[in-house]
Amino acid sequence: MTSRGRFSWLFLRVWYRNLVVYRRIWQVNFLVPLFEPAFYILAFSLGFRNLVGDISYAGMPLTYTQFIAPALIATAVMWNAFFETTYSSFVRMYYQRTYHAMLATPLSIDEIIVAEVVWSGTKACAAAVIMLAVLTSLGFVQFPLGLAGVPLAFLGGLAFGAIGMFFTGIIPTIDMFNLPMFLFITPMFLFSGTFFPVSALPEWAQTVSLAFPLYHLVELIRLVALGSMESSPLFSALYLVAFFLVFLRLSLFAMRRRLIQ
Amino acid sequence: MRDSGPQDQRAKDRNSAGERPGEVLRAAHLRKRYDGFEAVKGVSFQVEKGECYGLLGPNGAGKTSVIRMIYGFSPLSSGELGVFGLDIRKDWREIRFRIGVCQQENALDPDLTVEENLLIFAGYFKIPSGDARRRSDELLEFFALEGKRRAKVMELSGGLARRLTVARALVNSPQLLILDEPTTGLDPQSRHLLWERLFELRDTGVTQVLTTHYMEEAAFLCNRLMILDHGETLVEGEPEKLIRDYAGESVVEVEGADPELKDFLSRKEVRHEVLDRRTVIYTDDSLGEYIRSRFCTRKCTFRAASLEDVFLRLTGRELRE
Repeated sequence: MTSRGRFSWLFLRVWYRNLVVYRRIWQVNFLVPLFEPAFYILAFSLGFRNLVGDISYAGMPLTYTQFIAPALIATAVMWNAFFETTYSSFVRMYYQRTYHAMLATPLSIDEIIVAEVVWSGTKACAAAVIMLAVLTSLGFVQFPLGLAGVPLAFLGGLAFGAIGMFFTGIIPTIDMFNLPMFLFITPMFLFSGTFFPVSALPEWAQTVSLAFPLYHLVELIRLVALGSMESSPLFSALYLVAFFLVFLRLSLFAMRRRLIQ
Repeated sequence: MRDSGPQDQRAKDRNSAGERPGEVLRAAHLRKRYDGFEAVKGVSFQVEKGECYGLLGPNGAGKTSVIRMIYGFSPLSSGELGVFGLDIRKDWREIRFRIGVCQQENALDPDLTVEENLLIFAGYFKIPSGDARRRSDELLEFFALEGKRRAKVMELSGGLARRLTVARALVNSPQLLILDEPTTGLDPQSRHLLWERLFELRDTGVTQVLTTHYMEEAAFLCNRLMILDHGETLVEGEPEKLIRDYAGESVVEVEGADPELKDFLSRKEVRHEVLDRRTVIYTDDSLGEYIRSRFCTRKCTFRAASLEDVFLRLTGRELRE
């Protein structure tokens, strides 16, 4: 396959294939984001609150539950997108040979991979929409500003989906996803200003947090949920766009190397 | 089964620009190298419109590598490969719009139903949904899959899954159908049904390229075939002619090794092979009859020569894997 005409709108057909599968079990796909935030809110407002007390964020006094609610959406976006392009995509590629079958049709590798990443963003976005609805009705997300969380969730999903696809392109066996899961995703989950403000961290750790895409997504979702954030929204949004583009390129490169024999 | 139209016309126009009319596929000096290993070493062949062309060879002969180059999955290491007069390196997408591929592994989509497998696949060829639905109904009927429309792919038996794979390869009404071991692992009933269907398709003008391990299948389906081994062509031609040229009219298999028979065969210069337990003699009917009456003291088989005899003579009898 040469570079000529490597990419076209045909990628939407692959995206649609994933949508058809998703709709089949939409009840399951909807239940998790529907109840997950409710459980967290319940746990934190009943249990944790008495231990932690109030928090000051961007000059606002917040209850711990108010502080953590936007982060729940951001982490859900991360898990959904990253799981989709790692485990799910790997199963499609390696065990189900779905990509191999697609490569006997007019689809190109680039179209398949971009479709998978865009799909992961879509799926993450769908989860975020439900969580936004739940958290808005509980009073933890402002309305209508909170609606801006929908495109932000999609952007964040693209970023996490792209890096997940990169790991899928280079990983030899499915068990090895444990490495990025525990050495990349878990620290990011904990140290991105999710459960405590990064200002509580030592200076060097704050700098590391800045490199985490989750940090920027958490900040942006806090902005639309609470009305203000501690860092620059433009910088955070640009960081996510750049992160997505860089890892999309890398994942295309890795996947071409892996699939073209 | 086929809707031809402007595409056919365009194929003709292109062909007039150099290719012989009616030529669907032309491979010249195809080579495929993987890391430090050459799987295909300069294979050339042409396939005419409406023909079924077979690629035969033991495991590791390079059949699947050739097939994968034809549909643009594997880049050529060197050589030329044209389909419908188009260059696979440049015009892979246009070529793929017009071919159907039935891969060796059942790569059906297990997340979808039988019918969805056809409909979603049709989408990859930009077939509008109304046409896709009509086409998939047609194919489900043609391959006796109507009752399984809503079944999950995981629930299908090997034979049904294979039929669905071939049906899916036909969803875009291809002018060239590529089949990589279409009947491996099927029971005789499923195999014969598939053969009938492939035969019917050939009659309607669908050109086919197929690989197989079953000589009976190749002899039944293919107008012409190539036997390759270690990435090189051994012979090419019509099955009947290959049998005549390389195995003769008939075969006598005599159990045991009779020194007198051995002597007779070398004196008369009759083609034969001495195996562990029997001697296989490639001959014509009259000499075969004579050998049978004179040397068959114990168990003895007298039969028509087959493609399998040609295959084993040319590729040897030792195990490959």
